Amino acid sequence: MKNLILTTAALALTAGIAMAETVRMGTEGAYPPYNFINDAGEIDGFERELGDELCKRASLDCEWVKNDWDSIIPNLVSSNYDTIMAGMSITDERDEVIDFTQNYLPPTASVFVATSADVDTASGVIATQTSTTQASYVADSGATLVEFATPEETIAAVRNGEADAVFADKDYLLPIVGESGGELVIVGEDIPLGDGVGLGLRESDGELQGKFNDAITSMKDDGSLNEMIVKWFGEDAPRY
Amino acid sequence: MFSYCSDPDTLDTFRWFSCYLTNGVHWSFYASFLKVLALLAVTAPVALSFGFAGAMSARSHFPPFSWLGKTYIAIVRGVPDIAFFLFFVIALDQGFEWIRHKVLCPDWTDPIRQGNDFLVCQAAKLPLGTSPEWVHETYGFFLAVITFSIVFGAFAANVLFGGMRAVPHAQLETAEAYGMSRRQTFWKILVPQMWVYALPGLSNLWMVLIKATPLLFLLGIEDIVYWARELGGTKTSKFTQYPHGDWRMWYFLALLIFYLGMTRVSELGLEKLMRRLSHGQATSGGELLRKETTA
Repeated sequence: MKNLILTTAALALTAGIAMAETVRMGTEGAYPPYNFINDAGEIDGFERELGDELCKRASLDCEWVKNDWDSIIPNLVSSNYDTIMAGMSITDERDEVIDFTQNYLPPTASVFVATSADVDTASGVIATQTSTTQASYVADSGATLVEFATPEETIAAVRNGEADAVFADKDYLLPIVGESGGELVIVGEDIPLGDGVGLGLRESDGELQGKFNDAITSMKDDGSLNEMIVKWFGEDAPRY
Repeated sequence: MFSYCSDPDTLDTFRWFSCYLTNGVHWSFYASFLKVLALLAVTAPVALSFGFAGAMSARSHFPPFSWLGKTYIAIVRGVPDIAFFLFFVIALDQGFEWIRHKVLCPDWTDPIRQGNDFLVCQAAKLPLGTSPEWVHETYGFFLAVITFSIVFGAFAANVLFGGMRAVPHAQLETAEAYGMSRRQTFWKILVPQMWVYALPGLSNLWMVLIKATPLLFLLGIEDIVYWARELGGTKTSKFTQYPHGDWRMWYFLALLIFYLGMTRVSELGLEKLMRRLSHGQATSGGELLRKETTA
């Protein structure tokens, strides 16, 4: 046992001789267009592009890490990576555990999607991803909530009839509805939730929070953030 | 991979699949099969040695050793695997970092626990924040091997403990009558004979271990089940050149075939091993072999 500890310690030491400030960016990789795994097996999406640009402006060396959504906050607070960029809306509940930068996406709309437009979303069975803002919204609304670990499973639940509708970010659902060939439709109006999407950080990481806040401000000021939003979310997306 | 892959929309089905199945993300999927096989290959002997040490200490004549071995077996066998996997890995990781923190950063005055945050100095991070991704992955793999070994080692210890007790007592008495010391009796008489009694139990454990590898994803290792779920999920044409519907069923079917194949190969291997171990043993299997050779 002792030997094993020593060998890993040696391994870690020899591997990390070059000391630049490296920031490990945690993301889920299963929520296009925010973040997803592309055909080459790399993390891609709006947040990848934005994150890389923010790191460049803050002169940080960034490395991307994939983590399950369920354990994305516990792994941040135990320092396995330093930031979360995973389409995470800023909410009061999350703010008690971690800190957020200012938002890099204005409050985004969520919508219900079902197989027919006359589903009753106020009292039916609604599928959402676990521990999302949408899940708490449905829990408070009086409808029956079923939670799934991944966004993919929420769509599958509606397709196979397990749930009446799925409730998720509009940006995630739109491409899926578009390619379903009329099988899936949007039900009802857009519902804005949360205070926008921000970068999650440990509460003790004030310095890093400041750097990212400055970088986001500079991107908001010169309009490059808006360009990126249009590129990934389309002309209709809310901008700054 | 192939030259015609640049525009998959125009390809016929066969060529489309030849491109689809060889794109970068599929290579990660294939590599994860090797990862699982490597984990099995490393974990099995390590777990067996944990088990052997556990069984040896459980039957020790020195009470503290015996208590230690028995406590290890009882605790690990009693705690649900999934709780063990979730709790133990984070605890182990933080334990290592805490030790390194104490050694490497003695001047650090801030508390390590600040609210929810677990903070050690940069130099004590394991692996270092600056290390390339493969070091992080190797470290995760190493944690997985340790965790699997501790869990399966406890079960193996119990099986081996039973195997040791099943060796006919007359054998040990005879050894003593020939003047062998306790140590000689253990290594030369008991250990060679116990395997035949332990093997059925150990083969069960091996089968369970093969099926337990999807727990790897809890440890942050992208195993075959993770990739099957990821690749099989619906892909829209906006984000991939190879859009498709929900294909998870087909991917899981491939996993089913892989796991069944592994089971079959293991069965054949274990059967052969059992035959070998039964040679010259005072068991019904050994008796059968004796008759075969003399007849």
